[in-house]
Amino acid sequence: MTSTLERPAAPSGPPPAPGQTPTRSARAEGWVRRAPLLPALVFTIIVTQIPFLLTIFYSLQSWNLVRPGSQQWVWFDNYVSVFQDSQFRGVALNTVIMTLGSVLIAVVLGLVLALLLNRHFIGRGIVRTLLVTPFLITPVAAALLWKTTLLDPTYGLINFVLSPFGVGEEAWISDFPLASVMVALIWQWTPFMMLLLLAGLQSMPTDQIEAARMDGAGAWAIFKELTLPHLRRFIELGTVLGAIYLVNTFDAVYMITQGGPGTASANLPFYIYQRAFLGFDIGQSAAMGVVVVVMTIIVATFALRLVFRSFGAAEGSN
Amino acid sequence: MAITTERGSTTTSSAPVDDGPRRTSRTGPVLLTTLTWILGIGFFFPVLWMVLTAFKTEGDAQSSPPTFVFTPTFEQFRTVFDAGIGPYLANSLGATVISTLLVLLLAIPAAFALSMRPVEKTQDVLFFFISTKMLPVVAAIVPIYVVVNDIGLLDNIWTLIVLYTAMNLPIAVWMMRSFFLEVPSELLEAATMDGASLARTLREVVLPIISPGIFATGLICVIFSWNEFFFAVNLTSANAGTMPTFLVQFVTSQGLYFAQLSAAATLAALPVIIAGWVAQNKLVQGLSFGAVK
Repeated sequence: MTSTLERPAAPSGPPPAPGQTPTRSARAEGWVRRAPLLPALVFTIIVTQIPFLLTIFYSLQSWNLVRPGSQQWVWFDNYVSVFQDSQFRGVALNTVIMTLGSVLIAVVLGLVLALLLNRHFIGRGIVRTLLVTPFLITPVAAALLWKTTLLDPTYGLINFVLSPFGVGEEAWISDFPLASVMVALIWQWTPFMMLLLLAGLQSMPTDQIEAARMDGAGAWAIFKELTLPHLRRFIELGTVLGAIYLVNTFDAVYMITQGGPGTASANLPFYIYQRAFLGFDIGQSAAMGVVVVVMTIIVATFALRLVFRSFGAAEGSN
Repeated sequence: MAITTERGSTTTSSAPVDDGPRRTSRTGPVLLTTLTWILGIGFFFPVLWMVLTAFKTEGDAQSSPPTFVFTPTFEQFRTVFDAGIGPYLANSLGATVISTLLVLLLAIPAAFALSMRPVEKTQDVLFFFISTKMLPVVAAIVPIYVVVNDIGLLDNIWTLIVLYTAMNLPIAVWMMRSFFLEVPSELLEAATMDGASLARTLREVVLPIISPGIFATGLICVIFSWNEFFFAVNLTSANAGTMPTFLVQFVTSQGLYFAQLSAAATLAALPVIIAGWVAQNKLVQGLSFGAVK
């Protein structure tokens, strides 16, 4: 369960000097090189990998914290119940909708904002600073903000802004719980996509665009034929990174809807939290955790390797 | 149009140069600029609204239609401080600062060993670090809770410090590595030729080059640890609670009163907003594990 990604086929490490076999001193040299790395590596292995091994261990047991002495081996019973749990399936679907929906909308909005910001105009730095702010605000505070002053049916700013369009005292959070959570997430993550895509736009060679313009290409043609292909890998990277961070969303669900009504807006992190800390069912929640990890690894292995290969970030270890 | 620097806030000294024949109409750019400003203010407005609400009386905060003109009051901030925000603020500060220092202490040597003097299997190590970020935290919380409970470290600030260090370490290693890779290797060779020891070379040649990178990495770790909620809410209560858990506890005990809640949220969010504004140029580099400069 160390979830090591398939190793990229890049040569790594310094090749031994020609005509020199690895000797005792070469080995010592190797350890001198490794020494600065070891504390961080050992620390990360201990703190991040051991809990996952324990998760697998617990997932094979029936154990409820409020019933001492209830701990016993049940092997795969927990997994059977997880897959028979229709709520779990619903929550898994919510997680996919919440993650992908928020990421894709944030990418599109971020692209629009990045294109608008990639021009020279008065106060560009200020506008960028304003746009970055939602990403920085503590997610718990952001969620509270949306739950109260923005989406409240009576006093909320959103209904006030929409009132000229005939929207009355719409109770967004109880009528559209999943969408309400997603709005808060999109608001927080659009700035990140904007920054990433802006970096992409600024890395674009201008002479190419100049040449196209000289040839009489219109703005739309330039965007479609030059800008978008150049941005493709940035869009991919944004999607993958956004998905990695957003699949773990907990704060927004916890603060805005508590997963409700029922499990209508619960995602996997919140559902597992409920099972573990409100239901005290260690075995069940551990089994769900393992299922989530396996699903994440399947998606992430392909996606991440693809993206980082296209960026070449993994290449060139000097 | 004037040539703008990357920050965009300052124009370079050169006088505004006319675009010449390309500029056919003025209305297009003006419209786009206006639209950009409207969108920027629109995205920012909820944050501004939070700060404004924090200075309102409860009556002004919960009014329909919303109150835009009001006499500011510090009443809500007083309520928040009376509710005992102090220890939570101190815990957040402690967990954030200590974990960030630990991250830098571990990440800088590790990044060095993965860039300037790379170990064998550098690629594998790098991918191991990034892969730990992909594992959903929720899958680890159960054993972490059980173990922490068994060793009596529940509701202890050091538990959070260790977890926040592990949470930020992979990002910091990747990010610091991308800064080390920017140091020209000839520089290192030249210094070694001159007979300077490695320690001295690092201190006098490499450190000055990467110190802005260290600063940026630190700021990003600060943002993440300060905002972290999942571990804090599950592993702490009254003793080691941090600012996000204070917000939750405050809502539970005081109820959903918009103005005082906004005051609490403003206090919780402000330090990180400022840190982020300072680090905004490096934000993407940190979050993309150094893939995007």
